[in-house]
Amino acid sequence: MKRLWAWIALALGLVYFFLPLIGTLEFSLRKRRGEYSLDAYVAVLEDPKFQETFSYSVIMALFTIAFGVLLVVPTAYWVRLRLPRARPVVEFLTLLPLVIPPIVVVFGYIRLYNTSSILPLTGSAMGTNVLLMLGYATLSLPYMYRAVDTGLRTIDVATLTEAAQSLGAGWVTILARVILPNVLVAVLSGAFLTFAIVIGEFVMAALLNRPAFGPYMQLIGANKAYEPAALAVIAFAITWACMGLIQLLTRFQRHVRVAR
Amino acid sequence: MAYLDLRNLEKSFGANRVVRDFTLGVEQGEFVSLLGPSGCGKTTVLRMVAGFEQPSAGSIRIDGQDVTALRPNQRNIGMVFQAYALFPNLTVAQNVAFGLRVKGMSRREMRARVEEMLALIGLPDLGGRYPFQLSGGQQQRVALARALAPQPRVLLLDEPLSALDAKIRVALREEIRAIQQRLGITTIFVTHDQEEAMALSDRIVVMSGGAAEQVGTPFEIYNRPATRFVAEFVGTLNILPTTVEDAAAGRVRLAGQAVALDRPLPPGPVSLAIRPEAVRLGRAPGHDVVLPARIAEVHFLGAVIRLRADVDGTRVALDSFNTSDMPPPKAGSAVELSLRAADLIALPG
Repeated sequence: MKRLWAWIALALGLVYFFLPLIGTLEFSLRKRRGEYSLDAYVAVLEDPKFQETFSYSVIMALFTIAFGVLLVVPTAYWVRLRLPRARPVVEFLTLLPLVIPPIVVVFGYIRLYNTSSILPLTGSAMGTNVLLMLGYATLSLPYMYRAVDTGLRTIDVATLTEAAQSLGAGWVTILARVILPNVLVAVLSGAFLTFAIVIGEFVMAALLNRPAFGPYMQLIGANKAYEPAALAVIAFAITWACMGLIQLLTRFQRHVRVAR
Repeated sequence: MAYLDLRNLEKSFGANRVVRDFTLGVEQGEFVSLLGPSGCGKTTVLRMVAGFEQPSAGSIRIDGQDVTALRPNQRNIGMVFQAYALFPNLTVAQNVAFGLRVKGMSRREMRARVEEMLALIGLPDLGGRYPFQLSGGQQQRVALARALAPQPRVLLLDEPLSALDAKIRVALREEIRAIQQRLGITTIFVTHDQEEAMALSDRIVVMSGGAAEQVGTPFEIYNRPATRFVAEFVGTLNILPTTVEDAAAGRVRLAGQAVALDRPLPPGPVSLAIRPEAVRLGRAPGHDVVLPARIAEVHFLGAVIRLRADVDGTRVALDSFNTSDMPPPKAGSAVELSLRAADLIALPG
């Protein structure tokens, strides 16, 4: 009897999650009257605006990831190694982006970095790109920090550091050859989450007026019928591919790692 | 000056003085153990030599060079940790090569050195394995090879055998000693296991409360402990009921018997102690002190029979060898114990 209810709950859950997706998928295939076709997808993929905004967002995502890794890995490492007391504080700080809406953050940025400020980042396209990248890094901070910190928990950071030091290694060598490789899976899962966030982000890109994928999706959604559905399916596919890659890498790494 | 010269080392964590006025000279090629209970400061001394802790006062010199202010990676010291601390993402060979790569050694030299080290620890074929594929004993040997590969000036061993099971522990400690002697490397070994310390060391430093209680060869430490702490920490000891009659002449009363020692006793309260193996059951030639006793417990351990006897109200442990034609005494039987006055250890207090 208990089993049955469990199955019913599971079925309801699946229907709740997948029905809208299936509906969207089905709708996206109906651009041609009376038969299923990939017309909507072709239209989206052939749109130069799509290619432009998508590649812009991908590049931004890569920069954000690089910046995030360089910021978070040494920070999380140092906090674990030397400032264990500060961990709750740092964790709280990294969670702040979840409670402060991006719109507030971006208005703050615009006020702080406008053309009449000391650091007029919004004055040039490149400056605005940098600002947007920093904003993305902030948004992904909770995920990146958590992932890396969890990864660091699985290794004996202090002893490995001392072992490397006694062998003559400096901080850069320790981070690059000992710490980073051992938290690579965690870093990658953080990176994929960052990627997903950056690809879908709308508010910051729109308010900073950058040609990102988020605003493009909104524009298409407001003006076309079938293409937004196709875009939604594409966006889902990208996210799921990222998740799949995390799984794959985790499994792949297990041959190499851990078990003490 | 000794090769490794620790002078007046002090270390405090807040108000807690963990190491106090610690001075030790270690000669080149010498194997010295720091022995003591947990919390006695032995690991802190080792970590100060490695550079992981900065002394609050005092100096550390290696081969005449003052390294007190140097960072750990500038000291050219090899260290082996209790938890192995192999890099899990690197193979055995890459682990051993780590210090060589940091030094910037050429690829060819590096390969030769790694092979040499793996042969030294008796694992020539495991270079391609990852640490998690090795047993604890193998991992610790790799850790030793990794520490030795860059030819450090001093080798530091921080309870390297504690995580291993008993059989491997004995085998590996003999191997460590053999390798240490072959390479002639100056070594400091931290342990709380007295048997390990005695089996391995040229000299032992017994530590208590952050200070060195006694420094000496295993033979000296065991047979001539300088303080009560050393006597009680190293080996088993019987403390006998003692009345001093004339300290300067070395005349005492042991369990009611007058005993003349061949040496004067220190002034102040003194008790005399004796190791279990120095007490004989029955009379024996050369054993000039004879004490009446009653057997309280008999533990048959195979080669050895450990007996506990009451001597004038004091429980005394003694060991006698098993011989097939002499059954052990029964509990409750009256016996005589004999010992040599020269084996008595005088302990202040």
